[in-house]
Amino acid sequence: MLKILKYSFYDLLRSRWSYVYFIFYLFLGFVLLFLNNDMNKAVITLMNIIIVLTPLIGTIFGVMYYYNSKEFTELLLAQPIKRSKIFIGQYLGISLSLTLSLVLGLGIPFMIYGLSKSTAIFDFSLLILVGSFLNFIFVALAYNIALSTENKIKGFGYAILLWLFLAVIYDGLFMISLITFNEYPLDKFSLFATMFNPIDLSRILILLKLDISVLLGYTGAVFKDFFGTKTGSFLSFLVLCLWVILPLARMKMKLRKKDF
Amino acid sequence: MIEIKNLHKKFGKLTVLDGLDLTINPEGSEGGIFAILGPNGSGKTTLIKCLLGMVIPNKGTISIAKKSVLKKWDYRNNLNYLPQIANFPANLSVIELINMVKNLRPKEAHEQNLIDLFGLQEFLNKKLGNLSGGTKQKVNLVLTFMFDSDLIILDEPTTGLDPIALIHLKELIVKEKEKGKTILITTHIMSFVDEMADEIVFLLDGKIYFKGSVAKLKQQTNQPNLEHAIANLISK
Repeated sequence: MLKILKYSFYDLLRSRWSYVYFIFYLFLGFVLLFLNNDMNKAVITLMNIIIVLTPLIGTIFGVMYYYNSKEFTELLLAQPIKRSKIFIGQYLGISLSLTLSLVLGLGIPFMIYGLSKSTAIFDFSLLILVGSFLNFIFVALAYNIALSTENKIKGFGYAILLWLFLAVIYDGLFMISLITFNEYPLDKFSLFATMFNPIDLSRILILLKLDISVLLGYTGAVFKDFFGTKTGSFLSFLVLCLWVILPLARMKMKLRKKDF
Repeated sequence: MIEIKNLHKKFGKLTVLDGLDLTINPEGSEGGIFAILGPNGSGKTTLIKCLLGMVIPNKGTISIAKKSVLKKWDYRNNLNYLPQIANFPANLSVIELINMVKNLRPKEAHEQNLIDLFGLQEFLNKKLGNLSGGTKQKVNLVLTFMFDSDLIILDEPTTGLDPIALIHLKELIVKEKEKGKTILITTHIMSFVDEMADEIVFLLDGKIYFKGSVAKLKQQTNQPNLEHAIANLISK
């Protein structure tokens, strides 16, 4: 598996898109720091971008890599390697190379700006951690979609739809249900609804750590009560881990029956 | 060497293999060249992919050297496979690909003779995306023949090869056979079969329709020419 991982990782490092992605983050980091002139504010702006962008890039990269390397995967399948190792290796290769672009692309400008001496270091690390989680989650989801869909165009379509659903539509439905049922106690419901969407969960996790939960009003207080505690943080990271583990488990199951 | 019993495979509603039984090289016999023939869509590639573990059969058993191979992977270390369409990652050079496949298999590789034989020395540092179809097929052949395995499976090996490379390929196959190896070939070039094959395995409607030597086939169909004998088989 490590050999496949290494190969996929280098293959992606050599592709132009990894650099485009890296340079984009580098540029974004410098521009935000220059415009805000304040590291804490830059972290908040960055959050809004990372929360939406890393899932999108993860999804597209995952699907693209799967379909592009299909013939080569077939060559690997005829070698004495276990099936699941090939795909888990590729998955880790993509996720790690995307995470590397994210960490280096944002890390370099913030380091130059004096991150290590600033108070924002904790928030920034959390942001990077959550961003990495989102990479791993969405590449896993994309691989699931690609494995279940023979047709390339359909696969791309489903993947984009999934991203759109979790990044935009889910929030809309959430809002509508809150407004429709606003006569009922909804704090438990909103807590659960947040847990079921990795993007929302990441957003709330960061917002609360940034101490701007006051902006969220009463719900903010409920959320703070839950996510602010050790159990809450632990639970939310557990859920993020589940968002990686469950798609991987499905991938393994799917691979047992799949024909190539 | 290979024993297949009651193999069934359906893709959706389409039945491709329908209770196929096949024994190739029972224990004790020497190696040989087996041509797997059949009209388009008769299940040749599916049969090969079942052997490789790439397609999972609905029913039936496959064993190689008396061991069941279904859901296993380590048996592939003793098996070389030449895929039909050689589509390699475009941004890798020839030598990088060779080294990578060598790295993935624990076996010792002998690639240098083959590189010289097919005249690939000057292409070693070229990217695979820039190679012609024939040259890619030569790289494909190097990857297949550089390991020493008892079973060799070739899916349309002659595609895109020039006459000189074709002669080298034939010599290579004969040499492997003399070492006592079992070689399975699918092809549509009948002259190649006539010249090379010890036995023909003819697939039709997901079953073995004929199995035997070329001479036996010609005799059975009363046709002096292999191409016509095969056509005769299909039209029956």
